[in-house]
Amino acid sequence: MKAAAASYDLIVVGAGIVGAACADAASADGLRVAIVEPGPIGGGATAAAMGHLVAMDDDPAELALSRYSLQQWEAFADLKEAEFSRCGTLWVARGDAELAAASTRATRLAAAGVEAHVLDANTLYELEPALAPGMSGGMLVPREAVVYPPRVARYLVQRAQSRGAQLYAGRRVNALPRGGAQLDDGSTLSGPVLVATGCALPALLPQLPMRGRKGHLVITERYPNLLRHQLLELGYADSAHGDADSSVAFNVQPRPTGQILIGSSREFSATDAAVSPAMLQRMLERCFAFIPTLRQLQAVRAWTGFRPTTPDGRPYLGAVPGGTNQWVAAGHEGLGVTTALGSARLLLDLIQGREPAIDPTPYAPSRMAA
Amino acid sequence: MTERYDVLIVGAGPAGLAAAQTAASRGARVGLIDAQARAGGQVWRHDVRRTAPRAAREAIAALRSVELLTNHQVVAAEPSALRVETQQGSSLLSYTSLILATGARELLLPFPGWTLPGVTGAGGMQALVKQGWPIAGKRVVIAGSGPLLLAAAATLRAHGARLQGIYEQAPVARVHAFARQLLRWPARATQAVALRAQLAGVPYRFGTFVRSAHGEAALRTVDIEGPHGTTRLDCDLLAVGYGLVPNVELAQLLGCATVQRSAHPQVQVDPSLRTSVAGIYAAGEANGIGGLAVARLEGAIAGHMAVGDTAAANLLLPRRDKARGFAELLATHFSLDPRLHQLADAQTLICRCEDVTLGELDGFSDARAAKLATRCGMGACQGRICGTVLAELGRFSRSGSRPPLFPARLATLAGAATFPLPTISTEVADHE
Ligand SMILES: Cc1cc2nc3c(=O)[nH]c(=O)nc-3n(C[C@H](O)[C@@H](O)[C@H](O)COP(=O)(O)OP(=O)(O)OC[C@H]3O[C@@H](n4cnc5c(N)ncnc54)[C@H](O)[C@@H]3O)c2cc1C
Ligand SMILES: Cc1cc2nc3c(=O)[nH]c(=O)nc-3n(C[C@H](O)[C@H](O)[C@H](O)COP(=O)(O)OP(=O)(O)OC[C@H]3O[C@@H](n4cnc5c(N)ncnc54)[C@H](O)[C@@H]3O)c2cc1C
Repeated sequence: MKAAAASYDLIVVGAGIVGAACADAASADGLRVAIVEPGPIGGGATAAAMGHLVAMDDDPAELALSRYSLQQWEAFADLKEAEFSRCGTLWVARGDAELAAASTRATRLAAAGVEAHVLDANTLYELEPALAPGMSGGMLVPREAVVYPPRVARYLVQRAQSRGAQLYAGRRVNALPRGGAQLDDGSTLSGPVLVATGCALPALLPQLPMRGRKGHLVITERYPNLLRHQLLELGYADSAHGDADSSVAFNVQPRPTGQILIGSSREFSATDAAVSPAMLQRMLERCFAFIPTLRQLQAVRAWTGFRPTTPDGRPYLGAVPGGTNQWVAAGHEGLGVTTALGSARLLLDLIQGREPAIDPTPYAPSRMAA
Repeated sequence: MTERYDVLIVGAGPAGLAAAQTAASRGARVGLIDAQARAGGQVWRHDVRRTAPRAAREAIAALRSVELLTNHQVVAAEPSALRVETQQGSSLLSYTSLILATGARELLLPFPGWTLPGVTGAGGMQALVKQGWPIAGKRVVIAGSGPLLLAAAATLRAHGARLQGIYEQAPVARVHAFARQLLRWPARATQAVALRAQLAGVPYRFGTFVRSAHGEAALRTVDIEGPHGTTRLDCDLLAVGYGLVPNVELAQLLGCATVQRSAHPQVQVDPSLRTSVAGIYAAGEANGIGGLAVARLEGAIAGHMAVGDTAAANLLLPRRDKARGFAELLATHFSLDPRLHQLADAQTLICRCEDVTLGELDGFSDARAAKLATRCGMGACQGRICGTVLAELGRFSRSGSRPPLFPARLATLAGAATFPLPTISTEVADHE
């Protein structure tokens, strides 16, 4: 005897921050939603992320999506589960060339409606006395914040469930037959499908290329008031967007607990999850050059994660090329916590046939089929 | 800075000492690492007041050509090398063969009041007292399970503690059965008789356990549950331990397989003590709780194996197997009363690093999901205590280990040979 397939208005595959945000937005739209997640909610890249909410401005499309998302994050500023801390982002300039770049970036951010100020060296050291001598100044983006991503994902899923969404916990989608999704227990769900499986995307949608870009992070014991802002080097984008097989950048965050979270590294060819001592050393040396006192802090844990990375660095948001009633939201690389909320809105607008608030063309998955 | 060793041994307890002596006697360059200030491990821990047992003195004296690296903490593993941290800096110690003699730690079980100041592990209090912690005149209750309670009690008494009683959870019939079996291990029997003599006059009760501990800022009373109901005892200190759990974190970090004979993993070894990783051996409690005799024999076996003398190792196997039999005896006779798993209530703290209560962990069946949602296990001990407790309570097993093995300076993780400045002290931030 075969039971009739349960039917939904939207089957969200994967409950990382992106899938969770999509399930939340869809349930808010009144859709009957299913969520399928084999592991803990937010246990993939989302659990490894720094949780920095940041506008990246070197690609106009990325700036539009991050700015749009940052506005929506404001709704979570008082949510306990989000552990939202408005520490602001302080971009540090080494040398006059980087300081000049800071002013270009501040202008670009301001044009997009993101408050940003260029700082001289004195102001920089007043804000962060622990910085090594010799910095030229920087750029402060005061409204930016940090959150704790896996708990936000859990909150979003629970909110969707409170509106009737059905969570298939511990279940994996094995295949996408026409008109639905097949689970690993052999059952089938019917309805439109939204695939938000991050790095695992090619297993279900091989036509959409995706690579995992490995990153290392280290967290320390508690040192309240040592640092006040999320700190990055202005050269960060060179690491983030460069094509080098491996790179590191100074990227250090004060957690609301008083702990210091230290990144960041990027590697394309590394595929195993083990912490690499060599990479860790390189990353830490880079950070010591900016904050020498970090050397003395006690680390409690190091871990790694994989950023879901598309060939052009932009996420896939939209209809699956060649599919019917199949949607995709994946490939947010190192910015998916920031951009999850905007991505979900954009996608729901497309699914519901509404005009999106930002231009969806740069993210259209069909660009890969061309 | 890298130092090269033919045989590197982690843990300078009886197993590690025997391994070091054996390997060094064959001409190998041997390094013996221990985080403590002196060799001896748990059983032979240096006592400021009493001279060490002869076996311990001999084992340490026999080290001769072995490089004894005390105050060295292993914090991370690199290919065929371990990163160690000292007060002054860090270094990389490379090896051809590695012997894990990492021993065991105490099993603590949560009950209301177990986090009150004045409540410690039984072995933990014994170790503190041996290091000179003042206990003279203090009223101490000892509770938990197994022969280690007697050893701890004897040490505390020798240092002047006023023992209020020893409360063993195993029922009287099982302890008597154990005592009868003990005759098959004459050395053990003699040891037990000697311990009892040292504890003359101290009540030793069976089928009893601490149900809860009470006090405002510090411990004042404990409730003891026994066959005839609950009694309340006044005391200054409570030392409570429910046996031992193998330390497998380094083995896991090195990729060595573990097996689970109880709620807790132990290193998986073949009869000759090879782990699943070539060139790495394990000896003693890390392979499953076995006691002193097993540790010494396995240390010697691993020492022979590490220098390639399988024949010499094989000669020791029958004695080791007999000694392991004693461990089986312990495990069956001192198995834990299921009521001990029910003592903690929803408000009892489980993760002491991050202040997570048992109630907050309801509904989770996976360590990782619980950690991501509640921070349980995210603190400085990385789940050594709470993860072990939750596994024992049957909630979920601990997830694997990640570097650093113990909190370590960032400079160490960056491979720095020396530290430029003293460590900044942490201040624990207020959080709810
Ligand atoms: C903002 C933020 C703050 C955080 N703060 C803390 C903190 O204070 N303390 C803390 O402990 N963590 C912290 N974390 C990290 C958190 O513990 C992990 O949840 C995170 O998921 C990644 O760690 P992990 O990869 O070690 O995962 P885990 O959740 O530990 O899972 C590790 C898995 O990998 C396996 N594994 C272990 N070693 C290896 C290896 N060498 N190679 C391959 N697999 C291995 C394990 O068996 C296990 O299944 C934080 C995370 C975030 C996002
Ligand atoms: C080290 C590091 C630091 C980062 N720091 C930041 C930061 O500071 N700010 C920021 O904005 N972003 C950051 N990111 C990026 C961010 O983490 C990711 O872009 C984001 O988490 C991606 O979310 P996701 O939901 O697409 O993927 P994931 O979180 O990986 O979720 C995918 C989910 O799909 C599930 N899944 C997979 N296959 C199936 C299947 N067949 N069926 C059902 N479910 C399936 C998985 O179990 C998983 O839970 C960082 C990333 C890393 C690695």
